[in-house]
Amino acid sequence: MKKTIKKNIINIYYIPALVLFGIFVIYPLLKGLQLSFTNWDGFSQNYSNVGWRNYQALFKDANIKTTLINTVIYGFGSTLLQNVLGLAYALFLNRKFTGRNVARAVIYVPAMVASLIMGYMYYFILQYDGGALNDILAVFGLEAVDWLSKGSWAVILITLINSIQFVGVSMILYLAGLQGIPSSYYEAAELDGASKWQSFRHITLPLLLPAITSSVMLNLIGGLKLFDIIQALTAGGPGFASHSLATLVSYTYFRGQNAGYSATIGIFSFVLIMAVSIVLMRFFTKKEGDV
Amino acid sequence: MMKRAGKKRRISASTFVALLICAFHLIPFYIMIGVALKSPYDTSSRWVFPGYLFLDNFKEAIRYGDILKSILSNVIITGGAVVGITVIGALAAYPLARNQTKFNKGVRTFSLGMMMVPALSLLVPLYSLMVKIQGISTYWGIILVLVTFQLPTSIFLFTNFIVSIPKSLDEAAAIDGCPRLRIFFSIILPQLKPVTASVIIMTGVSCWNDYMFSLYFLQSPQIKSVTLSVASFFTQTQSNMGAAAAGALLGIVPIVALYLCLQKYFVKGMVDSAIK
Repeated sequence: MKKTIKKNIINIYYIPALVLFGIFVIYPLLKGLQLSFTNWDGFSQNYSNVGWRNYQALFKDANIKTTLINTVIYGFGSTLLQNVLGLAYALFLNRKFTGRNVARAVIYVPAMVASLIMGYMYYFILQYDGGALNDILAVFGLEAVDWLSKGSWAVILITLINSIQFVGVSMILYLAGLQGIPSSYYEAAELDGASKWQSFRHITLPLLLPAITSSVMLNLIGGLKLFDIIQALTAGGPGFASHSLATLVSYTYFRGQNAGYSATIGIFSFVLIMAVSIVLMRFFTKKEGDV
Repeated sequence: MMKRAGKKRRISASTFVALLICAFHLIPFYIMIGVALKSPYDTSSRWVFPGYLFLDNFKEAIRYGDILKSILSNVIITGGAVVGITVIGALAAYPLARNQTKFNKGVRTFSLGMMMVPALSLLVPLYSLMVKIQGISTYWGIILVLVTFQLPTSIFLFTNFIVSIPKSLDEAAAIDGCPRLRIFFSIILPQLKPVTASVIIMTGVSCWNDYMFSLYFLQSPQIKSVTLSVASFFTQTQSNMGAAAAGALLGIVPIVALYLCLQKYFVKGMVDSAIK
């Protein structure tokens, strides 16, 4: 008995961390769950329980449908682009040639910039009046396009910008993974007459799986939570066309003054992101176990 | 002989492709710098770099956009948060790495799970909590929230690292009569330097670039983060894009400069924090 106490006494070192999680994550989560069943407006003292009404509204809300589709595009679209391009960059920059270190450094620079500011940087390019992209169109005699005023365009552009900004993260993870593969594997494969594609498919890809897992999880969680770039470029507009769940929560709370409903969307996005993360985590753990 | 020549040509082709990729990724920076240095009366295309030096945009960004003041606020917020993240994270990691009971494994999984919690889904209750504890527009308020949401990364990194430190060192110290609580400070702590660098860099960048928490929890003009200043300056000066660009440029210079100086550590931090 005394021995276990002695052994477990070091557990007091994680109490500060648990207290912070309790106050700023668990308590708000429970409180949010409670608020999601109310009609609170966000500032008055009084509100009443409305039962499942917010949740019923959620499933009928056309804006939620758009937002959900957008969130999926932001999340999975960015993940796909970042990983395919990131892997291509890593394979290319893993070979020895002059300038590869500079290229690695440059591709990672945008990931250091606040996403919000990156959004504004792209605004100079996408702006209707005097934007750099429209100047190129003008050279070819094409008419200027108001890139951000059409919802579907805005969603695609935001996905692209997010992917380009963070492709360096995937590249670095893949480079680290590639450096862990012994070159003797490739030499052996070459001796056995394996083609380039075969060695990529049967050596590189399976051994990169841990890197793929990390990169995909990181990109996906980041993409599903996308907020800053959207705020900078469209603030969710035009209308609700480019909102993500994250920007919609904020909009519903501060603009719509509908805190109860906003909490409902919050709980909904929490469940969604957790579910997607867990399913993917399981999938990758199983895959890694197979190799 | 011929083979060698062929190889040499391929090398220069790779360099050329790498150059094109770099150019592509630098376009937004090039455009922003060009706009920042251009006079508002210059109507040439944004692709044309100004042939003169025009610094009024920067003066305006500093005077009306409060960019320098907000850089100072950012230093305080990021510094305070990083200290908390590192200290609390390293402490928490010690029992999780060294005392792997069933319960502690649960605590570890729980803390990893915190990484996936989207902070915005907690916006409404978190905001009303901050109002209640009067943490809105205070340094300690934003620092506490940032610490909490960066702690999982820190705990993850420290735990992985401490697990890799040989246990025999702890045991030797215990036999010498060193109390278990002190072993952390005398044996573990001195060895944490490399991983601490990764923790500071990874969480520091996130805190420095934070916009979401600043947007909600810093509402007085007294304390403004860089992202907040750039955002409000941007919406104010729609007519003067030059000043807006200058503000954005000043906002990213500190972090980009730091990255360029400490590149090796940034890359290591990224790899450490993602791959176990």
